[in-house]
Amino acid sequence: MKTEMDTINLVKRSLPRRNRNQIILKGLGVSAIVFAFLMLIILISSLVTSGYKALTQTHIEFSVYIDPAKIKPEKLPRGNFKGVLQDSIFVHHEGELSKSGQKQLAKILSNGAQFELRDRVVSDPGLIGQSITLKVPTSDPYDQLNKNLIDRQTEEEFRRLKDNEIVWFDSLDQKGLISKPINWGLILNTDSRFPELAGLRGALIGSFWALLVCFLISFPLGIGAAIYLEEFATKNKFSNFIEVNINNLAAVPSVVFGLLALAVFIGWVGLPRSAPLVGGMTLALMTMPTIIIATRAALKAVPPSIREAALGVGASRQQVVFGHVLPLAMPGILTGTIIGLAQALGETAPLLLIGMNAFITSAPGTPLDTSTALPTQIFIWADSPERGFVSRASAAILVLLTFLITMNALAIYLRNKFERTW
Amino acid sequence: MTTLAFVLLIIFASLGCVINHRSAVSIRNSGIRLASITLYHGLFALFLVFIPILVLILLWLVLQEPLLEFYLLRSVLAEYLVEASKGETDLVLAEIRSIANGTIFGAPEEWKLAAGEYLASLQDLFSKLLVLTVSVLALILIFVARYKVRSEFRARQNVERIVTWLMIACSVVAIFTTLGIIASLLVETGRFFSLVPITEFLFGLNWEPQIPMREDQVAAEGAFGWIPVFVGTLVITAVALFISVPVGLMSAIYLNEFANQRIRSFSKPVLEILAGVPTIVYGFFAILVVTPAFRSFGDSVGIDVSPNTALAAGGVMGIMLIPFISSFTDDALSAVPKSLRDGSLALGATPSETMLKVLFPAAIPGIVGGILLAVSRAIGETMIVVMAAGLIAKLTLNPLDSVTTVTVQIVTLLIGDTSFDNPKTLAAFALGMMLFIVTLIINIFALRIVQKYREIYD
Repeated sequence: MKTEMDTINLVKRSLPRRNRNQIILKGLGVSAIVFAFLMLIILISSLVTSGYKALTQTHIEFSVYIDPAKIKPEKLPRGNFKGVLQDSIFVHHEGELSKSGQKQLAKILSNGAQFELRDRVVSDPGLIGQSITLKVPTSDPYDQLNKNLIDRQTEEEFRRLKDNEIVWFDSLDQKGLISKPINWGLILNTDSRFPELAGLRGALIGSFWALLVCFLISFPLGIGAAIYLEEFATKNKFSNFIEVNINNLAAVPSVVFGLLALAVFIGWVGLPRSAPLVGGMTLALMTMPTIIIATRAALKAVPPSIREAALGVGASRQQVVFGHVLPLAMPGILTGTIIGLAQALGETAPLLLIGMNAFITSAPGTPLDTSTALPTQIFIWADSPERGFVSRASAAILVLLTFLITMNALAIYLRNKFERTW
Repeated sequence: MTTLAFVLLIIFASLGCVINHRSAVSIRNSGIRLASITLYHGLFALFLVFIPILVLILLWLVLQEPLLEFYLLRSVLAEYLVEASKGETDLVLAEIRSIANGTIFGAPEEWKLAAGEYLASLQDLFSKLLVLTVSVLALILIFVARYKVRSEFRARQNVERIVTWLMIACSVVAIFTTLGIIASLLVETGRFFSLVPITEFLFGLNWEPQIPMREDQVAAEGAFGWIPVFVGTLVITAVALFISVPVGLMSAIYLNEFANQRIRSFSKPVLEILAGVPTIVYGFFAILVVTPAFRSFGDSVGIDVSPNTALAAGGVMGIMLIPFISSFTDDALSAVPKSLRDGSLALGATPSETMLKVLFPAAIPGIVGGILLAVSRAIGETMIVVMAAGLIAKLTLNPLDSVTTVTVQIVTLLIGDTSFDNPKTLAAFALGMMLFIVTLIINIFALRIVQKYREIYD
């Protein structure tokens, strides 16, 4: 028969093992959290290290003599702008150059340089015959070289720039013609086939239109539905059915919404493809459940005493809701809406299906113009073979994340500032 | 012109509101008691003008083009398109539409140019007609609203009835969205199954939608078996769960039971950041960092890792799902009544024994529900796999190999292709249908489990 002493000894003997198990479980928990944190750190640091390089852009600055022999005022906007640029840049080259050598080394200038020169001359034809200073982006390989992304130690045949091209670049660099200013083109330019010229303007404006449409549709519809379900609907089969629908919609994969938009908005209704309007409508359908759920939570948080007090002094039920409950719930609703819009901003798959991944070199003027959006632009660039687009894509992701962080910070600020505990 | 119509809508609605409000105020000022306060008289006019005209404009915009084209086909174009097929007719219509918009490609026939000009003039006429209709109808409605202003008119009750119906309409949008999803998927899938037999789709072991070019060829080849695509989805989902379930469970257990308040309040938001990162960012991360890392690791130990290995896509998806599983587990553990935990601790169990033998088993239904929801997320996840997984459907369970998923196929089949009459496009809708059904079943099942479990302790 076991005595009390035996039991105590048994427990005492088992204690080290049990404590060890406790430590193991704790250790596993800590390592799981550390793993998750580590992944977040790797994710962000890898994006930053590959993206910050696209935040600057190598430029070359040199004086251009606009030769009247090559550019005639009466023939504008036509003219041999490329030749003028070449003549001016090879002033800085020592030694003779063959025709093919010139052709090769002239590639240091971005393809957009001649258009920039053309635009300046066309806007002021008086420049012909004079010298002007031109500051233009270098082409992508030289940009990569300047950012040490091309290794000078690599064998020449595996390198994107040949030895003579590197010598040429270094000689220009020594003369102080090369600079690396902040790359405002990343935000101000529209998309381009050349990485050094490609920018996010079209995508940002497209995303703005899409989010605006999304907000204009989902915000009133979401609030209306939430108020009805939370404050007015009687519990019956109909309201139950609506609720089941909303909960299911919140969990439907985003790509299915893309299929819906493609079949209904574009196929049946006949709205244009690639338009931010269609994108915004699709995103609105996806954001609505989020807004409804957030609004209902915010309405629920308003204590019943407010409603009873208003009813008590003779307000109608709608006056209670729109005059008292809704204003008090507004901070919570806005927080939920901003978070929903932030989700919509990062949503990609449905926009791909409605064709917002086209190559478009102009910013949309209206929500009906073809356009890309920020995430689809990232997708296009990430898919491009040129090396320069990879760092552009990382930089675009940094821009996207900046927007998301700002929106979420705004949501948290609103919540902390206006949230009331009853 | 459309913008003008919307501007007119707002102007007329505000005008009606102001007129009614003014006249109600003047009745009140003349000493007569109103049944409703003046504000509601104004709002009544606002709704009475705004809603019907908004509906009118939207309907007009949706219906104008199809009706005009139908008319065009019946009248001007009838003689030229006597024996044209539907595809040819659509092509001609598209060309005429672009001519009407002012863009002319090449040198179209004389009659097409004429039809284009005719269409443009009709469009112009109809948009002017829209503005006219809007103005006339608005004025009539303003007049009707003004006529209603009486001291005994119950404006508040009327406004509230309208508002109630508006709110119901808002709620019904959710139903219509679901119906729209089901209808669009059903219709397009039905057309797909008229081209490709349903049994082949459901049981076929080959998926090669890109190769066949002509319709008859497709039906003959039957390269539309979804099994390998679905198996690929399952492989990637399994990899994702392999990462996210242990990490998510362990971190939730630690945060719930062992961590102090400071670590908790710091860790939870940081984990939430992982959930807030857009999936395109994860996809880019997969091709930028994870795939090269797996490949160089494979090279160093002598294993051949495919450039689109399922490990990379699945692993990154696993990272994405960690906060999902961890927050569900945390909620489930917190929902276990405190008495169970106190009882266990009072009997001398260590906190870890309490967790593993009392709290965790009690929370299992909620956790399983959360994991099921994570599965449905993983199956429906698109951008990570579009960027990091393969395109070619291979029937394999090896995660080192390249597999494709349902969502990848949907996106690749639909990118850049618009015509709705070829099986390649329609196949995407069939896959979407399966995706919808599978995730719906899992979601319903998961929600059932979670709800049932809640009822036990509440």
